[in-house]
Amino acid sequence: MIKTIYSKGKLAAKTGNEVMAEAMRQIEPDVVAAYPITPATEIVQIFSQFVADGKVKTEFIAVESEHSAMSATLAASAAGARAMTGTSSQGLALMWEMLNIAAGLRLPVVMAEVNRAISAPINIHGDQSDTMGARDSGWIQIYSENSQEAYDNMIQAVRIAEKAQLPALVTTDGFIISHCMEVVEMYPDADVKDFIGQYKPARTLLDVDRPYTLGSIDLQDYYFEHRYQLAEGMRQSKKAIAEVAADFAAKFGRKYDFFEKYKLNDAEIAIVVIGSTAGTAKVVVDSLREKGIKAGLLKIRVYRPFNVEEIAKDLAHLKAIAVMDRADSCSGAFAPVYSDVASALFSAGVTSPKLVNYVYGLGGREINTTHIAQIYDDLSQIASGAKKPSNTVEYVNVRIK
Amino acid sequence: MKKEENRKLTAAELPAGGLVEAGTAANFHTGSWRSEKPVWNKDKCISCLTCWISCPDSAILTAQDEKKGTVVSGIDYDFCKGCGICVRECPPKVQALTMEQEKK
Repeated sequence: MIKTIYSKGKLAAKTGNEVMAEAMRQIEPDVVAAYPITPATEIVQIFSQFVADGKVKTEFIAVESEHSAMSATLAASAAGARAMTGTSSQGLALMWEMLNIAAGLRLPVVMAEVNRAISAPINIHGDQSDTMGARDSGWIQIYSENSQEAYDNMIQAVRIAEKAQLPALVTTDGFIISHCMEVVEMYPDADVKDFIGQYKPARTLLDVDRPYTLGSIDLQDYYFEHRYQLAEGMRQSKKAIAEVAADFAAKFGRKYDFFEKYKLNDAEIAIVVIGSTAGTAKVVVDSLREKGIKAGLLKIRVYRPFNVEEIAKDLAHLKAIAVMDRADSCSGAFAPVYSDVASALFSAGVTSPKLVNYVYGLGGREINTTHIAQIYDDLSQIASGAKKPSNTVEYVNVRIK
Repeated sequence: MKKEENRKLTAAELPAGGLVEAGTAANFHTGSWRSEKPVWNKDKCISCLTCWISCPDSAILTAQDEKKGTVVSGIDYDFCKGCGICVRECPPKVQALTMEQEKK
């Protein structure tokens, strides 16, 4: 249950989409370019109403596709504007080319993204395949367990992006968070504006006194150095993320980290998961704890950059770990989060925990406490040696045979 | 010293995001791409400036003449790529520009 933590905070009943749009209203970027129809949720539609009603001075550019939405957003950012957009699913897929360009040009664009399945078949429900497909495009990725986190993450993302000189996207799980109404603590407009401050880019394309070229060709002699800079920028952005989280906690009282550890420190078995399913899993952890089972949870909030050193430290003491992916991979091997967790552990020399990959919830498929309890039961048996850990992907709640 | 100027920058030295300071096109002598070159005949030229406005590389040089104003003064072979547009656009009655094979 959400309670007010900040002295001037007010509780409001909002859907995830409404609260992300409210965050955008409070941030009041200079430019928002978007294509506000399906598969996008109503985030940018709500925001366009704020523009029409004169509640924000933002220039809203209605474009003809998501490819254009990202093109216009990154161009506005290059011109020195604080620029935002929002999309989902196929919309993010259509932005793919420009996502990489926004990152390559080091433009701090911020996007509200709702995780929805990727076609085919057509499906608009909760599924993280869309952002998982863009996980290595050079965007900071911050996932939210509920509407409160979505709101807080949006506010932080603006400062993180500008500090790290990298684009950032904040996600919610489609429908489960985006369309469900929850109680959210909102902060006054002035306090949010004060927290994010003015955007002061070092260079802008509209600065005619110091002209420069952006987006030029870069061949064998320089391309590699620039891509190294981008990869290094992502590694270095961890500092910006931690600093902004510390400032946010000092200002509004809510503490955020790369990962949330829930009853993890003394746990023997644990689930690693991203997004709303963490909330469901916490309920299961609590009931297992009542039975004396040492179950825990690690929720990934910041997935890009991936804090490998920290996650290896957090998980090293466990006997068995289930990594839950709400996206499959057509790699012929494992799903994305599992691959990242496995490489984080191995590179840190942590090889004692048994690690199993569970793919769940594709296209909005139900994932409830019974399914999660079953996973913890598997882990208990693996930890005791009664069951051999699976060395291939385990699928949850799907009809295979 | 010249060697130092030609040294390629490292990732730590380069500005982020592939930012390139303006005006660097002057450092690239694209005239080396040429296989044919336009040759300007000063005596035939009427300085109508059709070639000057047509040149995609701003390679038609001009000068100020007290009586005639702006006049054509030559071709900047450092940047002329030899596309031949100036030769084609030069009025047929004038024919102050002709195309020749580049000798290398």
